[in-house]
Amino acid sequence: MSALRQAPAADGAAAPGASGIRIDTVTHAYRSPGRPPVIALDRISLDIGPTEFHALLGPSGCGKSTLLYLLGGFIPVQEGAITTPKGRVTAPGPERSIVFQNFALFPWKTVRENVLYGLRKSGVGREESEARARDFIALVHLTGFEDAYPSQLSGGMQQRAAIARTLAVDPKILLMDEPFGALDAQTRRVMQEELRAIWQRSPKTVVFVTHDVQEAVFLADRISIMSSRPGRIQHILDVPLPKERGEDTLESREFIQLSEHIWRLVREQAVAATRGRL
Amino acid sequence: MSAAGAQGRAAPAVPGSPRLFGILDAALRYSPLLVLVAIWEGLGLSGLVSRQMLPDLGTILSEFWRMLVGGDLLYNTARSLSRSFSGLALAILVGLAAGLAMATARPARLLINPVVQIFYPMPKSALIPVVMIWLGLGDASKVLLIFLGCLLPVVVGAYNGARGVNPFLIWSARSLGAGRFEVLREVIVPAAMPEILNGCRTALAFSFILMVSSEFLIASDGVGYMISSLGDGGIYPAMFAVIFFVAAIGFAADRIYTAIMRRQLRWRNA
Repeated sequence: MSALRQAPAADGAAAPGASGIRIDTVTHAYRSPGRPPVIALDRISLDIGPTEFHALLGPSGCGKSTLLYLLGGFIPVQEGAITTPKGRVTAPGPERSIVFQNFALFPWKTVRENVLYGLRKSGVGREESEARARDFIALVHLTGFEDAYPSQLSGGMQQRAAIARTLAVDPKILLMDEPFGALDAQTRRVMQEELRAIWQRSPKTVVFVTHDVQEAVFLADRISIMSSRPGRIQHILDVPLPKERGEDTLESREFIQLSEHIWRLVREQAVAATRGRL
Repeated sequence: MSAAGAQGRAAPAVPGSPRLFGILDAALRYSPLLVLVAIWEGLGLSGLVSRQMLPDLGTILSEFWRMLVGGDLLYNTARSLSRSFSGLALAILVGLAAGLAMATARPARLLINPVVQIFYPMPKSALIPVVMIWLGLGDASKVLLIFLGCLLPVVVGAYNGARGVNPFLIWSARSLGAGRFEVLREVIVPAAMPEILNGCRTALAFSFILMVSSEFLIASDGVGYMISSLGDGGIYPAMFAVIFFVAAIGFAADRIYTAIMRRQLRWRNA
């Protein structure tokens, strides 16, 4: 199992400089006074290619969100190192934009103003920003709601607006923390297809945290399966599905078999975790 | 106009003029004041309380008109308001800076927090003799007193508001390319705005209280001075006229302030 942990990236990650993200033996513990530290991540090593769509899959509490926050630079790396082509990650930066699970829109800004915020920050001109904001709002099917405040939108609509805000700045590295968790099943499916299509049009590093096996298989090129307490990467699997994915992918034999295989691996982790807790 | 925007501003479907309805609604809301007027006049007429103590409202009104036309009232009101707004404006500037500094920098918090905690429950009018000794009888002493009284509600509002900001908003802004100062200006301040505006509203009320009470003791003009000197001279109808006028100004200031506040925070109750 530990041999799998060090598996090299499938595409273009051979030279460290070309790597999208290199995670090198990162350990992270949450400490609170008077209690033993909780090891959230235990010696995580992972190379993610510059144009790789990578899913972090695991039960809740396995530290996958913690790993994503470390990649974002939101919490400091305690042990080990995370490097991108821009150097070591020590703070948040616009080349690593993130979509959180929910409630991360600026509530005092309208949908349009939210999407414009990142564009203006990255130095895109006014007219160009307006045009791109329009395009990405249309992409997440929110046309007609440009001037609505987040409090006027449903949870799913808010989340789509947050996705538009992040995608609009076209980051080199896109971090996503269960971004579709709050969406209804149909919207979720549409957004998955859109995300995959966007990534294909403009390839970039995507790190996508989820606990949904089918979502991981449908979206990703590679999947890291994590275990909890302490959070470790137990398996890294390639997803040998065609690059172009759509409705028919879900019905393909490969998709179904791979999903079942991964489901069994995840189940082992979940069962082990439950036992550990009892 | 977007569909959601239109939904959010759903006006009550009332037949007839909405403006007329608004006026009627307000009249109805404040109608309990008529009970007070009735009690006032009733007590005066009954002879239970001397008319000296509760002059009839007609006399008060005519005294009000006399002082208004004579210019006395407006001059003193202008003097008072200039003091209270100077003190308030200063308190908002300094209080915002202090509250935000406390929320974002640990050294500032360690330095300022104990001072805030000790001075918060202290009645600021207790400082009137002190500022009089320090700054004499001029405007500076009143402005300082009002400033001190208004400072803490602003500090506490800014601090609590800024401390309570959802960290995901800050992280989002940072990952979209905002620097630390931009995060403060573009995320922390707007997110803290509801609490900041509430703190400033409390400060606005305090500024009126301290304005009047400081003018009782240390002033040669202003509405507080008018009230105390008319009272000392036994000219009660005129004194009541000034008291009611000050109350009306305070009420109007609060109404105007809450209207501005609602407008500023329309994203919240949209």
